Amino acid sequence: MSTTVNSNAGASASASTSTRGSDGRVFSYYPGCSQMAMNRAYDVSTRSVAARLGLELVELEDWNCCGATAYVAIREEQAFVLSARNLALAEQAGRPLVTACSGCFVVLNKANKYMAEDPELRSDITRALAAGSMRYRGTVAVRHFLDVVVNDVGEETVRAQVTRPLTGLKVAAYHGCQFSRPFGERADPEFPDTMDRLVNWLGGETVPFALKAKCCGGLMMTTQPDVGRALTGKILKAAKEAGADCVITCCPLCQFNLEGFQRRVGAAVGCDCALPVLYFTQLMGHAFGLDARALALGDSLTPVAELLHREAVHS
Amino acid sequence: MAVASLDLREVFLQKLYSIPNGRKVNECIQCGTCSASCPTSHAMDYSPREIIAALRAGMLDRVLRSNTVWLCSSCYSCSVRCPAGIPFTDVMYELKRLGVKHRIGDKGAPNTVMAREFVHLVDRRGRNHEPALIRQYFLHTNPLRALRQFPLALRLWWRGRMPLRGHTIKGAAGLRRMMAAIEENGSK
Amino acid sequence: MIAQDEKIGVYVCHCGTNISGTVDVSAVAEYARTLPGVAIVREYKYMCSEPGQDLIRKDIEELNLTRVVVSSCSPLMHEVTFRKACNDAGLNGFLFQMSNIREQCSWVHDDRERATAKAKQLLAAAVLRVGQQVAMEERIVPVRPETLVIGAGIAGIEAAVRLADAGRKVYLVERLPSIGGHMAQFDKTFPTLDCAACILTPKMVSVGQHPNIELLTYSEVEAITGYVGNFRVRVRRRATSIDPTKCVGCGLCWEKCAVKKVPSEFDAGMSMRTAIYVPFAQAVPNKPVIDREHCLHFTRGKCGICQKTCPADAIDFDIQDEILDLEVGAIIVATGFTLFDAGELARYGYGRLDNVLTALQFERLSHASGPTGGEILTKSGERPGAVAILHCIGSRDENHLKYCSRVCCMYSLKFAHLVREKTHAEVYNFYIDMRAFGKGYEEFYRRVMSEGVHFIRGKAAEVSTVAETPEEEGKLIVVGEDTLLGVTRRIPVDMVILASGMRPAEGTEKLARILSLGCTRDGFYLEKHVKLAPVDSPSDGIFLAGACTGPKDIPDAVAQGAAAAAGALSLIDKGRVIIEPITSEINPEVCAGCQLCIMTCPYTAIHFDSERNVSVITEELCKGCGTCVAGCPSGAARQKSYEDSQIYAEIEGVLA
Repeated sequence: MSTTVNSNAGASASASTSTRGSDGRVFSYYPGCSQMAMNRAYDVSTRSVAARLGLELVELEDWNCCGATAYVAIREEQAFVLSARNLALAEQAGRPLVTACSGCFVVLNKANKYMAEDPELRSDITRALAAGSMRYRGTVAVRHFLDVVVNDVGEETVRAQVTRPLTGLKVAAYHGCQFSRPFGERADPEFPDTMDRLVNWLGGETVPFALKAKCCGGLMMTTQPDVGRALTGKILKAAKEAGADCVITCCPLCQFNLEGFQRRVGAAVGCDCALPVLYFTQLMGHAFGLDARALALGDSLTPVAELLHREAVHS
Repeated sequence: MAVASLDLREVFLQKLYSIPNGRKVNECIQCGTCSASCPTSHAMDYSPREIIAALRAGMLDRVLRSNTVWLCSSCYSCSVRCPAGIPFTDVMYELKRLGVKHRIGDKGAPNTVMAREFVHLVDRRGRNHEPALIRQYFLHTNPLRALRQFPLALRLWWRGRMPLRGHTIKGAAGLRRMMAAIEENGSK
Repeated sequence: MIAQDEKIGVYVCHCGTNISGTVDVSAVAEYARTLPGVAIVREYKYMCSEPGQDLIRKDIEELNLTRVVVSSCSPLMHEVTFRKACNDAGLNGFLFQMSNIREQCSWVHDDRERATAKAKQLLAAAVLRVGQQVAMEERIVPVRPETLVIGAGIAGIEAAVRLADAGRKVYLVERLPSIGGHMAQFDKTFPTLDCAACILTPKMVSVGQHPNIELLTYSEVEAITGYVGNFRVRVRRRATSIDPTKCVGCGLCWEKCAVKKVPSEFDAGMSMRTAIYVPFAQAVPNKPVIDREHCLHFTRGKCGICQKTCPADAIDFDIQDEILDLEVGAIIVATGFTLFDAGELARYGYGRLDNVLTALQFERLSHASGPTGGEILTKSGERPGAVAILHCIGSRDENHLKYCSRVCCMYSLKFAHLVREKTHAEVYNFYIDMRAFGKGYEEFYRRVMSEGVHFIRGKAAEVSTVAETPEEEGKLIVVGEDTLLGVTRRIPVDMVILASGMRPAEGTEKLARILSLGCTRDGFYLEKHVKLAPVDSPSDGIFLAGACTGPKDIPDAVAQGAAAAAGALSLIDKGRVIIEPITSEINPEVCAGCQLCIMTCPYTAIHFDSERNVSVITEELCKGCGTCVAGCPSGAARQKSYEDSQIYAEIEGVLA
């Protein structure tokens, strides 16, 4: 853990020094609000596979909302304060911050970057944090759990855990928009292949999927349902046409949009959109031999358990 | 009536310029990459490209009364492609905030309500609580539509995905002090 | 300290409003009067003008000035001008000093008060320094009559032929097995549509046969030492494995070659070549080379069928790379460009989707000697019913090439015409702005419009394969906003041509290091002056031609090749050249013979005199870079015009 940085100027340079925890295996884990409610399956399955991979996820003590899209839309600096409080907590804990939610990832990562680059913003936020007796020096690295699994843990360790290879399973790896955009630090911003590599290690195959990083419509599924359904419909339709048995996601909002409205979405785009949708962590956990409970498969609105059961019988 | 007086126009531009790379809007070459990359531009009354053109022409009414910014889903497709390096998504956020602050335009009503309710929840508890957010959203927009969501809500509840109680963080009071501090800073 | 009897003339230039717009010139002049030794101070609108120079000449003659300072622009711009003015009036030009208050002051500041204060400091530095300068004599050295031309594309060929026709010896070095460059790959050329081969091949042949041109293909420049008029060049001739004196170019060897699947560089990967090959039928020299990376004899130690087949016994696997040391008076760099890699923009599908081609691939596809014999066909061998041409791929883009690549609009129009003419397909050009600036270009644009090509004003955002309507099934769907309509359009086509921009050729940076040339931020070579000396490099005796300084079309590249030849010729024909006397010297009394300077000298200008046990500088080779001075532990090495006393005086002035 870096202890040398005491000026804000060093913030961006030092960020890289704590990219990994002391042994590269311990992270502060930021679940995100959605994983406490509608998408708790993502949280459950993330913790389960992390344990299998020897990653220690220590839940960030008393974390708060990241300052998500809906918040930024009304109040910007306040949203940065929300992110900064989490970053400060992570800095106190002395570990890099990992989240599995793409929305939280972008918001936290962006706030971290902008604070490092913009001295005025940094001093405003520093003052606000001080009002709550907190401080952030800019030493925390923000990571997406998918990125950690594929780029840090890596092929060898992942393959070693596979007890139920996904032989013959055709997967549409839907990365969504906020995993690799806007910064594209760890994957191509438009054609990320992070989950494709992972599925391959798990013994399955991914179908060519042109819409893998297109937008699912986000909150618009609720606020502007026509727009939301059209976007989600395109994705499900393309996945089906590509011959996928299922879609995997790495974002709770994508997951919910893709699984929750399939009938109405199908009506909107004029085709059958029924397709199992699950988190990459659930698929990975299944390949690792974890049971349905450890992966909260029962939470699914689509026949995920049936898909994996059938698949397990096949192999 | 023009909503944006000259003074206000100046304020808007200053706000835009203050976001990282915000000044790049002046370098737009009107190539249309943004509009054609935008997944929702078909539903917008002005495309992202036209919004930039209107901004530069000083036609702020057109910008703020349009539904465009409220249809931005923050997918960053335009941002990563823009050959002029305009941080579109950030620009759209800024325009949303300006619209809300100056209460201009009602085309984004549902999104504004969603955002407001979100902010209320987070400010109170420190975290979002989805079931509460959705309840508040439909109450403030179209309670009848909520009925249509009932079957889905039931399926979620059945699976334990609709916990009734939300969580309030321990540091809620500290967070409120931080928010007060930044608010004070902004009003300076 | 400035001697009592010194009379320094100080001249402060307004440069129109370039300087006076930001710097209070009168205040600077007023301040100059307070400096030691200053006898006269004048300010003037344009010091570099004839009347401006006259001021200096008149003052030297009438007031017996002993030293002169001009506060104006960069010495790169006008040091020579003012030095000459001093010399004309009988004052040694090295008793002149310039202070740069334009590029380093007025142009980069906007606070008038602080800029004026800085201008005063810079002027004080120059005045104090000039007091320490000593008179020196320029050196005159002979110029060798040979010229080295690096790169044998159209610009290099033009330069070489011009020089050779003037009776001068030229070494023409080309990295590839044949000369011709990119132009040899082109089908027709805009705006006149004459075929590239028809106009280029005669030139290539004349290069091959010219008695004054020594052609060194498959060769690269490895090192250059020396100075203007007297360069020493080391060239590596890669082993071709063919004895050129025996080979008659009959072609039996490549017919029999067992390796048949090497993607052809010349056909931009659209066809395959053998391991022993000539890149194309009209190649000069028309003799094959063996690509040792792919040849089975070299990769696996077997085969050798070509050797057995060759009726002339010309194949010799034992031929080694050859090192040539050449001496030349001038160098012309014409290393050209390479195409922007469209694969960097995944959204257009290059490398991922079939029938998405780069511009060079389309040139080959349309070329009569290309992979399809000039028929424009999709990968499955069908005539396309619709073709999209996407302008500005990589160019005008903050994230890739910031500049306009200049030629793409025109070649895209040419492509549109060729597709219409050969296939009658519907053609859609997605463009941002149509840049048709050259002679006959706008007329060509009109012509292509009249031929029924669809022009969509908007940059294509992506090439999709996800059909939304039955018409789109199985097609490449180009998505772009028609900005004139404000409508996003989806155009289903069978072929997409990407008008990729131009970037510096591979190896540009390496050659820049070898030649000590500068590059712009875009990576192209930096000209001495972008407008007034576009084919001169900042280094005397080294000229630049063609796309190595930035994207150029054929007419411009040819014009630059000829201009660079003229530059080299004017240097060579004069037969002698004046070089700056600013060199280093080593005081043999102080030198301890440690030889550190010999190790650090980048120009191998220092040798060791073992009899006297001291290092000695060869003045002709020394460029006065000062490396030895900085490195010398005993203080024996000193640099003329950069003596400690002069530097300290300058620092004192800045701090004044």
